[in-house]
Amino acid sequence: MTTRLDIDKVLETAQIIVCCGSGGVGKTTTAAALALRGAEKGRRTVVLTIDPARRLAQAMGLTELDNTPRPVKGVAGELDAMMLDMKRTFDEIVETHAEPVKAQQILENPFYQALSSSFAGTQEYMAMEKLAQLKASGDYDLIVVDTPPTRSALDFLDAPDRLTTFLDGRLVKVLLAPAKAGGKAYLKVVTAGFNVFTNAITKIIGASVLQDLSQFVAALETMFGGFRERAQATYDLLKDPDTAFVVVAAPERDALREAAYFVERLDEEKMPLAGLVVNRVHRSAAAGLTAQRSLAAAEELDPTSLTAGVLRLHADRLALSQREARLQERFSSAHPRVPVVEVAAQPGDVHDLDGLRAVGADLAGS
Amino acid sequence: MPDFPSARLHVVSGKGGTGKTTVAAALALALASGGKKVLLAEVEGRQGIAQLFDTAPLPYEERKVAVGPNGGDVYALAVDPEQALLDYLHMFYKLSPNGIPARTLRKIGAIDFATTIAPGLKDVLLTGKVKEATVRTVDGRPVYDYVVLDAPPTGRVPRFLNISHEIGNLAKVGPLKNQSDRVMELFRSTQTVVHLVTLLEEMPVQETLDAVDELTALGLPVGGVIVNAVRTPALQPADLLAAERGELDLAALKVGLEGAGLDVALAPVLAEEAADHAARVALEERGRDALAGLNRPSYELPLLPDAVDLGGLYELATLLHEQGLA
Repeated sequence: MTTRLDIDKVLETAQIIVCCGSGGVGKTTTAAALALRGAEKGRRTVVLTIDPARRLAQAMGLTELDNTPRPVKGVAGELDAMMLDMKRTFDEIVETHAEPVKAQQILENPFYQALSSSFAGTQEYMAMEKLAQLKASGDYDLIVVDTPPTRSALDFLDAPDRLTTFLDGRLVKVLLAPAKAGGKAYLKVVTAGFNVFTNAITKIIGASVLQDLSQFVAALETMFGGFRERAQATYDLLKDPDTAFVVVAAPERDALREAAYFVERLDEEKMPLAGLVVNRVHRSAAAGLTAQRSLAAAEELDPTSLTAGVLRLHADRLALSQREARLQERFSSAHPRVPVVEVAAQPGDVHDLDGLRAVGADLAGS
Repeated sequence: MPDFPSARLHVVSGKGGTGKTTVAAALALALASGGKKVLLAEVEGRQGIAQLFDTAPLPYEERKVAVGPNGGDVYALAVDPEQALLDYLHMFYKLSPNGIPARTLRKIGAIDFATTIAPGLKDVLLTGKVKEATVRTVDGRPVYDYVVLDAPPTGRVPRFLNISHEIGNLAKVGPLKNQSDRVMELFRSTQTVVHLVTLLEEMPVQETLDAVDELTALGLPVGGVIVNAVRTPALQPADLLAAERGELDLAALKVGLEGAGLDVALAPVLAEEAADHAARVALEERGRDALAGLNRPSYELPLLPDAVDLGGLYELATLLHEQGLA
């Protein structure tokens, strides 16, 4: 028997809530609804979103990418919202952690300009970086984070390890050689063992590109030391029992399969999983009238009549609802200890605070 | 005559949850019809194709997964960035995957760097492999008549397809520049079309409109819009309108239920369900209007009653063929 995810308890006790799940399952809406309900329970709350739908963003007063939390109007409590600007966050880190001259060099490097917004799972990483900053500010009781809609949303879990492997690797040393030696002396400074490699890499990408790339890596290296420590600190923060991961899904095969992946991955990393939210569940208040009975009755009637149409709809709805229930059962039998809560499907998208409140109430089962 | 007669590379994207993998697979089957050879490629490591065709996870090799409706073969490939890089080094620089240079690259972490640390570089490798499969020839004839790419979601696809252009800008001359230029030549040519899969819901429709703008701005050829999971209205237009306004004729419904020997007390609940349906149909109508403004060829696929299996894929393939996409 699956236990019900007690959302209000999570909202009252957690300091950080991280929502993850695949695309198109209503993750951003869930994050916003959780934050609103948390704020209206009296906790100072901030919600950090990645890419909200335009109208949802407008409902929360977010008009542009902005790295500063802004108060949301019309909330009976304190709710701030912010929409992360990836590039800006990365630039800020460069400016904070590198010497001014060096920072300028990095910001102007063509590789930095082309790659910084996609570098090393930047989105995920930046969201976590921002999370650490918000936590450190002490301004909030509850921080709700929305993550990008991909598996790589959990890449930040590997970030400390991956960066360490990368930085301690010889690639960095090879790439740094030209920057350190300055241009043409490059081939002389590398040891004979690297000749094969350097020949290969020069042949592949060309000497001038190598020069730019080298400068870029050299510049990043000055910041990477700090990165590594902060990545570790963020990792520890996420592992804290006051953090709650909420996996979001829709009652569909692919979405639940991705949810299973997230649940297993979080479990492997011993991250505190609160439970699963299943959005867009179809229910019927007339489940006593079975699909078969409903269809059989419809067949006896004039097919264009109102009653026949309504009965066919009811049969479709029940069939859908049963299919959804089967998929959920399959998930729960594989993951019996994961608490689950369902949210009813809405005919349209949610794009105002009242809509979010209704989702929040449904989440809490009230 | 299909709507995109010169297209050989069909890129299929869509917002997450719209069924782009299903549509890509159905399109591959439709294109294979009549004896053609089609490659269906995925690039996100999700093994979505294997799940759909109910086969074991795909290795990094082109493997036959299905036959077309009237002959023809569909091959599938899960492109893996690391293997693509080794392929690339082998093809262009004659570096054997087990030779010293390739081993050295791996040992010092260059392969990890290119495939995991810098996703931009990963996209270069993935798109490069897709281009290679599209232009590959044996005895002067293309190996594949068509390549269908199950591409990243709409939010990411413009950047994904355009990455070679960005790399081309970084490398002003040299082999990387040449390779990037050739990838962009193919992607911007009439041999390529980018189709967008959507549902008739607000967010997927909005993302589709945004993606068309972005792709057009980058000079990438937008193909058709494929509307997936379309519901057939179950009510007559007048009843639908009344249900949407919450003015459904409850008395008539009660009479109908009584006549059918059912509990009349169910009438308000059933009316509520009809109102939900009507709201949904109205929302779909608005989505359809917004998409019509794009003036792109559009195709509709029905919501299948059960999860899509191979039989369902053939059904969708036939519909795409009948509507002229393949």
